[in-house]
Amino acid sequence: MGPLVPDIIGNEFDLVIALILGIGFGFILEQAGFSTTKKLVGLFYGYDFTVLRVFFTAGVTAMIGILVLGHFNLLDLSLLFINPTFLYAALVGGAIMGVGFILGGFCPGTSVCAAAVGKIDAMAFLLGSFLGIVLFIEGFSIWGDLFIMESMGDLKMNEVFGLSPELFAVIITLVAIGAFVMVTRIEDKVNGRKSSYSTKKMATTFSYAIAPVLIIGILSFTSNHTESVKSDVAEKLSNNTKINEIAADEFSSKLIESYYDFNVIDIRSKEEYKKSHLPLAINIPVDSLMNKEWGNYFTQNHKANVFYGDDFNNVKRAYFTAENIGKAENYGLIESHNEFKALYYNLEQPDKDKRKELDVYKFRKKMGADLTKLEDAMMKFSQPVKKKATKAKGGCA
Amino acid sequence: MKAKPYMNPYLAGVLLGLVLLLTVYLTGRGLGASGAIKSIVIETVQTVTPEHAENTAYYSSFKATHPEGPLRSWLVFEVLGVLIGAFLSGVISDRVSLKLEKGPQTTKKVRILAAIAGGMFFGFGSQLARGCTSGAALSGMSVMSFGGIITMMAIFGSAYAVAYFFRKLWIRG
Repeated sequence: MGPLVPDIIGNEFDLVIALILGIGFGFILEQAGFSTTKKLVGLFYGYDFTVLRVFFTAGVTAMIGILVLGHFNLLDLSLLFINPTFLYAALVGGAIMGVGFILGGFCPGTSVCAAAVGKIDAMAFLLGSFLGIVLFIEGFSIWGDLFIMESMGDLKMNEVFGLSPELFAVIITLVAIGAFVMVTRIEDKVNGRKSSYSTKKMATTFSYAIAPVLIIGILSFTSNHTESVKSDVAEKLSNNTKINEIAADEFSSKLIESYYDFNVIDIRSKEEYKKSHLPLAINIPVDSLMNKEWGNYFTQNHKANVFYGDDFNNVKRAYFTAENIGKAENYGLIESHNEFKALYYNLEQPDKDKRKELDVYKFRKKMGADLTKLEDAMMKFSQPVKKKATKAKGGCA
Repeated sequence: MKAKPYMNPYLAGVLLGLVLLLTVYLTGRGLGASGAIKSIVIETVQTVTPEHAENTAYYSSFKATHPEGPLRSWLVFEVLGVLIGAFLSGVISDRVSLKLEKGPQTTKKVRILAAIAGGMFFGFGSQLARGCTSGAALSGMSVMSFGGIITMMAIFGSAYAVAYFFRKLWIRG
């Protein structure tokens, strides 16, 4: 599941990937004509809208691609870098860049491309960018406040309008297609060409919109991976499907015998876990089971997962969810956390004449002591490894 | 040799979109450009006037958050790739030559000065807005970032607003 950096691809190789992706980026920009300032500024004088076509098509393609990958659980959208919003800095900075675009005829990425194929004006633009950034840094105390004003966090455009990402993508796609038709008309007029847009051709252009809109439509009407797991879990719960149950005594003796064969998983909240938990237990609250960071527990096949909590229904929910994620062996502990504690740690000695109960008492007393010993030994040996899914860093600044 | 024609813009757009998508899938982040120039600025200042870099809050906090040094950054390597990729493309399509492009009514000197001034504006603005057309506008759009999309609208809105006043740089009229 993406993003592959840093968990699947290491941070060292990340730089090699950067170089390779950059080559693709530069190659396509140059092929599209972004290495000549005449094409770039054509956008602002109406004679050549190549930039708008390439830019919008690329943005829509990537946007829809990200939705598709997220839908099929190939990419964890919560880990992506979302450019943070600082309202005034974005508006003022953008406006300043706009002036730079008209004066210089490039933006930073296109100037690198143009410089690579020998455009002297692009090299001058790069020199200017260098100086502009020096100026920004040297005077940072003056505009530092503006830089951080109106911080709105990882805000997304569709959230601002209260739309689903899918609907927003459809709107952007339609706006893009509308813009393509409009700018072709403007181009024809400015260049004094006869209109190249017959009704038929316009219909063809609009038919291009069918593919992306159809893709998004399918996405919004089929349930995504998370939703289908949830509905499967709900179905199994309501059907009272059986799970692999394990009782406290059996579990405890197995744990003492071979603790390394088990992942003990506390599905209660973080706070409850902190207060008290079973020996060697890690905490995965039942609602966060599907997060990428825990994926390895459910896909591995050399340890059995034992779930426990307060409520056996939640244990079953965790069990069914885990079953959906991977093929690891899973068990649900019949006893709740408190029952387990009571069984081994808060024992009351029965009367001497009740032989059978006395045996159980002795057995559990020893078990409790062994569990504590095991826990102490493991504490010294190692803390459970805490894995955290890393949110991607990004942006230009 | 005559330069080959440019690629169909929609095809180029789809391909560019796929490169961006692959970037997001692999790394969780988007493409960029201006950040690499910033890294070069910081490296240069640290090398040329280390004392000044020590005493300026911006440089020292950058140093603290980037212990590996400014040049070991994702964007620096990506932009190196852009240079290579664009050059390859230029070679394939016979477009590599030292050339100064300018509007029909502009002198070379004016064009160079305007390019430097434009670069200064763009460089400055990209730092204030935390990204340029690549990092903020294009990559921001793909993840529906509000900040990225309003930055994009501000760039193009402002460029259209001032285009008329600088038309002599680019067109007859």
